[in-house]
Amino acid sequence: MKKGNHQAYLFIAPFVIVFLIFNIYPIFLTFYYSLTDYTGMGGIENARFIGVDNYIRLFSDRYFYQAFFNTIRIWGFNFIVQMLIALGLALLFSDIRLKLKGVGLFRALFYLPNIITIASVALLFSILLDWNHGGLNQMLLSLGFIDRPINWLNSPAYAQSAVALIGAWMWFGNSFIVLLAGISGISKDFYEAALIDGANWWQSFKFITIPQLKPILLYVLITSIIGGLQIFDLPMLLTDGNGSPQGALNTMVLYLYNQAFKYNNFGYGATIAYGLFFITVIFSAITFRTMYRKQV
Amino acid sequence: MNKMKLARFIIYTFLILLVVICFIPFYMMIINATRSNSEILRGFSLIPGDALKANYQTLTSYMDVWVGFRNSLMVAVSVTILNAYFSALTAFALVVYDFKWKNVIFITFIVMMMVPGQLGLIGLYDLSETLGILDTYWPLIIPAIAAPFTVFFFRQFLITTMPISILEAGRIDGASEIHMFHRIVLPILLPAIATMGIFTFIGSWNNYLVPLVIIRSPRLYTLPVMMGALSGSPVAMNLGAMYLGIAISVVPIMIAFLFLSKYIISSITAGSIKG
Repeated sequence: MKKGNHQAYLFIAPFVIVFLIFNIYPIFLTFYYSLTDYTGMGGIENARFIGVDNYIRLFSDRYFYQAFFNTIRIWGFNFIVQMLIALGLALLFSDIRLKLKGVGLFRALFYLPNIITIASVALLFSILLDWNHGGLNQMLLSLGFIDRPINWLNSPAYAQSAVALIGAWMWFGNSFIVLLAGISGISKDFYEAALIDGANWWQSFKFITIPQLKPILLYVLITSIIGGLQIFDLPMLLTDGNGSPQGALNTMVLYLYNQAFKYNNFGYGATIAYGLFFITVIFSAITFRTMYRKQV
Repeated sequence: MNKMKLARFIIYTFLILLVVICFIPFYMMIINATRSNSEILRGFSLIPGDALKANYQTLTSYMDVWVGFRNSLMVAVSVTILNAYFSALTAFALVVYDFKWKNVIFITFIVMMMVPGQLGLIGLYDLSETLGILDTYWPLIIPAIAAPFTVFFFRQFLITTMPISILEAGRIDGASEIHMFHRIVLPILLPAIATMGIFTFIGSWNNYLVPLVIIRSPRLYTLPVMMGALSGSPVAMNLGAMYLGIAISVVPIMIAFLFLSKYIISSITAGSIKG
């Protein structure tokens, strides 16, 4: 191990230098901006230092609360749908009695939407869900499911559901693969023993699969929360980029982007970034706590 | 036994239905890319039209999607290579040598992995402006040199797979440290590099927010930024051309996935079980 060698410093130097300049420094810079009324133009030296004023504003900003609840609602709906499909599929494909074939093919097909650029997907759905000429309304009309076009992207509930469901459609394949890998890793002995003891399907699901799957579930949940709180591309490009309809697609990162780069409020945008950061930390911590407390 | 057969039949039907639902949006996109605007306005169809060439001309008269393609490819390849090489070098140093601050660096990694990328976005923008690299690819590419998650992944991989004795033997033969890194460590790391490389590539390819903030000139637009610009451009008047623009950004990736899917999926499986 030892071989004390100053070459080690040389090897980690590129990482450390770039890390400090492009990672750490911008984070501190952003924090400093959050204490000023910097607009993003005219140089920071002309901005006023205003202490925690931006943070006080954040706590009473109803658009930030709106953005927070929109984000949570979209994420929550997305997560439930995505997990139900993914877990259902994982259970089907891991069932020892069913012995389904073609796992490889289905995994690949279900995973495919994950690698498609989200911006392209958002743009595609913005025209598929169009009220007048969108593919979805045209299809539903010609199949006779509806008799007049539905204005999907003009209703807050439909628009939020659309983002949640498009997300579920894109990402369930990934959760499915991860969960299937997790379930396949559980020793078959557990299930055989349960079968001998006369346990039914539900009992072995509840007492073997779920507890054994806990670390994987935690992994899926945490990555989903962190990703979900940062949702941006879909709400940005599905409607006008300002959170239409009626602010229903105003998510936290969209609000950050608009404040900082559309309305030139760098100081307040930086404050939103820190608000988002603390919310992420709190959510991750709560998830860890609850998942591990139940275990003990 | 018959009951099992029936259950299996129902499940396969359901699975195929799910696949069909998953692919309807893409199918509509491809069909509509070949239909003229007036055909699309009139109603939907499952049969391709013959306006592909006209749509292509309309699209390219406003925007060259292939330029976006080339730009995205350039950025993603550079990011993937820098990320792999420097993460490997850093992981190598962390595993093989003892030095001051080693633990501090390692703990910083773990903490930084949890920090969302948007936290420093405004700072990164301003830093780029100060350095005069706004509206260039540098702010998108250079940060790839310092990727804590990749270093962490490589470190775990090296600890479990690289025997230190192989380096001792190299030293006795008079090989320099950097030479050993290139000749011994990099080849050992290759499977891990491939795994992380795929995700780094996809991540960079799909990145929308950072290039949206950094890139101003249309000729430098990456594909996602170009998609965003498409919806506000005159192309949006012609739905056929819109669908075609989106299709051009999507179909090549789908084809690449066909060849790499086995590899990608086994990587996800490995990554999640270890992680």
